[in-house]
This record gives sequence, structure tokens and C-alpha cells, in this order.
Amino acid sequence: MNPLGAIDLAWRYVSRHRAQSFLLAGALGIVAALPMMVRVLVSAAQEQLRARAVATPLVVGQPGSATDLMLTALHFRSGGDKSIPLRLCDEVSDSGLAEVIPLHVRFNAQGAPIIGTELEYFEFRGLTIAQGRMLTRLGDCVLGAGVARKKGLQPGGAIFSSPEQVFDLAGVYPLKMRIVGVLAPSGTPDDDAFFVDLKTSWLVQGIAHGHDDLAKPEQSANVLPSADGGVVGSAAVRMFSEVTDKNEDGFHFHGDEGEFPVHAAIVIPSDRKAEAILVGRYQKSKELQILRPVDVLEVLLGALFQIEKLVVGALALVALAAGLVVALVFALSFRLRQREFATLAEIGVGRGTLWLAKMAEVVFIGAGAAIIAFSGREIAVVMARSILVKGFIG
Amino acid sequence: MLTIRDLDFSYPNGESGLAVPQWDVANGEAVALVGPSGAGKTTLLKLICGIHQPSGGTIECVGVTVTALSDPERRAWRLRKVGVVFQDFALMDYLTVRENLLLPLRLGAGARAGEEGHARTLADQLEVSRYWNKLASELSQGERQRVAIARALVHRPVLVLADEPTASRDATRKSQAVRLMLEECRSRQAGLVMVTHDPELLPLFDRVVSLEDIVS
Repeated sequence: MNPLGAIDLAWRYVSRHRAQSFLLAGALGIVAALPMMVRVLVSAAQEQLRARAVATPLVVGQPGSATDLMLTALHFRSGGDKSIPLRLCDEVSDSGLAEVIPLHVRFNAQGAPIIGTELEYFEFRGLTIAQGRMLTRLGDCVLGAGVARKKGLQPGGAIFSSPEQVFDLAGVYPLKMRIVGVLAPSGTPDDDAFFVDLKTSWLVQGIAHGHDDLAKPEQSANVLPSADGGVVGSAAVRMFSEVTDKNEDGFHFHGDEGEFPVHAAIVIPSDRKAEAILVGRYQKSKELQILRPVDVLEVLLGALFQIEKLVVGALALVALAAGLVVALVFALSFRLRQREFATLAEIGVGRGTLWLAKMAEVVFIGAGAAIIAFSGREIAVVMARSILVKGFIG
Repeated sequence: MLTIRDLDFSYPNGESGLAVPQWDVANGEAVALVGPSGAGKTTLLKLICGIHQPSGGTIECVGVTVTALSDPERRAWRLRKVGVVFQDFALMDYLTVRENLLLPLRLGAGARAGEEGHARTLADQLEVSRYWNKLASELSQGERQRVAIARALVHRPVLVLADEPTASRDATRKSQAVRLMLEECRSRQAGLVMVTHDPELLPLFDRVVSLEDIVS
């Protein structure tokens, strides 16, 4: 038997029938890659979700779906109108048991969420400024690294908040915000968000606003008579759509700040005992829901794991079926080439050498399929790093 | 060099095959085997080179009792000592002329130094060297035939068996191919048994044997 001769013959057959070999290896590789890709993607999603959850001790928000609250607080899925008044956050903070970082997660700009928060959030998440400076005044905006790269934005530019409904004329008008800084990449949902001060997010919501000062003499023509002695402006009063050095003082809030909405708040207890007390205290609250993100996540991942098992099982069956089809293709191919093998036998090539040549062809195709499958797996790893969690959370 | 005694062969389906009481080919002798179609000329060639195993009798070739060898031994012996030219040339279409010529060496003991040069010389003599790196599938029938002849000679066999290798060739070229085979065999005292129906070629051989004369 001459193994090298047999392998050489097989290689020449495979390489001189490139298209067929590639199709066969490709088909086999793709079906083999799918279960691996699903596994990698799901594992990476689980890992990323778990890392974020573990790094967030407690979250508070409106009673209701714990999953929704967790996704709002950790992954910036819009909280819509499910909010709690800021005073409840202050209440938790005032207990002395924890530090509280409120989050306003409702609006977006260019498809990315606008997160209203406090400077403590950046410290808590370990986010640092890579370019420009941190938020210092109303209307300032700091970008996550990902969103800055994708949208081509940088300090010195500006973004407009998106209206919630295009046809709602009485709704919230877009606010132009100054981009003052870009955060260093963190590989978390923070990379894909716009960060503003909590007050700026209320400005976006229309709770605060800015307009011409009606007390000034030049605005007297825009003041309408009022029965209750208050000041009522006419439609000619200019509303500000941007906070500038000149008009900054013209912005003001109406009402009690303690009643202004936040959609979630991260609670950082001082110790384990404080955490236990807080969880116990708010467990039955009708105003507030408190949860450990990691607990909520484990329930979610449990369901996800079941689905993954089903999907991987189904894909493994598909791979098995494809493997059988490929085996059939080889069997038919060898049958069609019977004359060729008979010739080799007639010139004296041994059975072992012929068998080895056939097996080598199978191995070459299998190796090609393995390369394609592992390439697919590597693509899944790269995908997992970039878009996965965002896609998973939606 | 080739001695056949009391050879008896039946096909596996029981159909009567061939019986050759006695037949000899001398060293370096070139024999043309003639006979009507279906008489068993191809079967006799396959028996001589050990592709078929007879039910009785012996075949001896250059001191080797072929009929006493096992299947793997017959294959190994054939690969090293016998050159076969098939009726349909049986080239590997996905191999180049060079690769087809070197196939018996690559799948046998392995190509030795100088073997490629010998293959190239044969290709030159058979006028196929210009297609050296061309795939067999791209050759004409005549070119395929010449490559098949070169492949049968490349490993310097002691016995060459050819089954109507010149059937579809023009007169000049078929005579050239047969002359080359004869020359190669005679220069190395190798035997040549060629099945042919072509009367023009018969004078080139040392002996013409009709199958009907040697079978019982």
C-alpha cells in the first residue's frame, strides 16, 4: 500500500472538482456550524447579560414586570410611561442604606436611547471620557463609544431628541443637545446610548422648558390678560429648542421636582445587611418594586436555556440528516466512479490503497466542512461581541 | 517467460469460459493474439495478469506462478511487473497527462529518481509531451490512446498486455504506437501480448496466434 499516493490521488480529485467539493463541504459546514453558532451566541448573550446583572446589585422602579424593569435599568429598553417619582428614589437614598442613581429611559435620538442620569452613574459603571469632557450643564450630552462611531458624532456636534409620535402636534418637541464628550468603549449597552443630565431628560420630556422672559419690557406685547392675576403668554412667545449660554436662565421647571419621573434607579447598598433590609422593606410596597437583577435574569435565562436546547437539538437533527445525505452523495459518487476504481484495481492498485483514496476524499471534504463550520463559529464569536445583546434585548 | 498449463476458467455465473491446455511466450517475444469477438481474448489477458483467477491450471510469468498468488500479491505483482493497455484507455480524466503516466509509480512502490524523465521520453516518443500538463479530459481519443500506451510502459514492465489499443487510430500513428511498444519490450526483453483485429499490424509481431488454436 502506498498511503501518500492514495492521499495525493484523492487530493487531486477533490481539488480538480473544486465547485462540487466546495458545495459539498459548504453544505456540511453550514449545518455543522449552526448548532455551534447558536451555542456561542446564546452563551455570549448569557455571559454579557449576567455580567451586567451581577454588576448591578439592586434596581427599583414601578411595580409590574420585573423583567421589563431589569431591561430598562440595565439595557436601556424604553420604560415608556412606567415611571416612579424621584422622591421615592430620594426616600431610599435618605434611608442611609444605599446610594441611588436614578435613570430616565424614555426618549431616543437617531435610534439610540437618551439616558438621563447623574454623574455617579459613570463612576458606578467605570465609564471614562475618551474625548471631550463630562456633562457640566443643562443641554450637554455625552455619547457612548459605539453610537459615536456608528453615527459619526463627536464633541462640538449636536443631536436632536426624536419626538415620540410624529403626528402628535401637542407632544414633546425635539431638543437640540450639545455633544460635549465621548465615552471610552466598555463593551456594554452604555456604548450605544446618549447620556444627559437627569434635568436635561426632563427638558426633553417637556416637563421643563425655556422661553422669552415675559417680565422683560420688550415682551409686554406677548402678555395676555389673565383673570387670576398670573402671567399668560401669547402664541408669539418664543419657545427655546436648544439650551445656549444666552437662554440658559430662561429654562425652568414647573411643579415639584420630587414628582418628576424616573423609569428606574440603580440602588447600591452599603453592605449585605443593608441590601437585605431594603429588599425586605420594599418587597410589598405598592409604589415601588425592588429587585436583584441577577435573580430576574436567572429566571429569564432558564427559559432561554430551554429554548436553546430545543433549537440546538433541532439543528443537530438537521446536521445529522445533512450528514446522511452527504454520505449518500459519497456513496453515489463512488458508484458512478466504479469504472475508475476498477481500472485502478486492474493496473494493480491494492484494495487498501483504493479504500484509503476514498477515505481521504471524505476526510478532505470533512476538513473543508470543519473549516467552514469553525469559521462560522468564529463569526458568531465576533457577532456576539458586537451586536448580540443589543439584538437580543431589542 | 510466460507459461500456461491446463488453464481452465469459468465465469462466476457458471457460463463456460476458457480452457487453454498449453501456451508459451518466449522472453522478449511479441505476440499478436487474434480471434473472433467474444472468443475470450480479453479474458485470457485478464487471466495472464491475475485480474481473473482460473478454476484450474497454472500461469507462470518470469519465474512467478501467478495462479499461486493471493489477490493482494497478484495486484502488487501486476502493478510492478505488468503494463496493461485497456480497450477504453481508462485514463483518469481529472489527472494531467503527467499524473496519468506516473500513476502506476505513485500508487505502487513510489516514483524513483529518473522515472519522470523516462515518462517524459515516452511522452515525447508518442507525441503527447506537449499535453504534459493538460487534463486527460481535454485530450482527443487518439491522444488518450497514446497516453494509455505510455502509462503501460512507464514502470518498465516485464510483460505488456494490450487489448486492441490501436482500434481507433490512423494508420501512421497506430503503427508508430505499436512500433514503440515493440521497441520498448524488445530493448528490455519484455514480453508483449496484444489483442488486435488489424491485419496491417500483424507483420510487426514475432508471432501471430489465433485464440482458436490454443483453446481446447
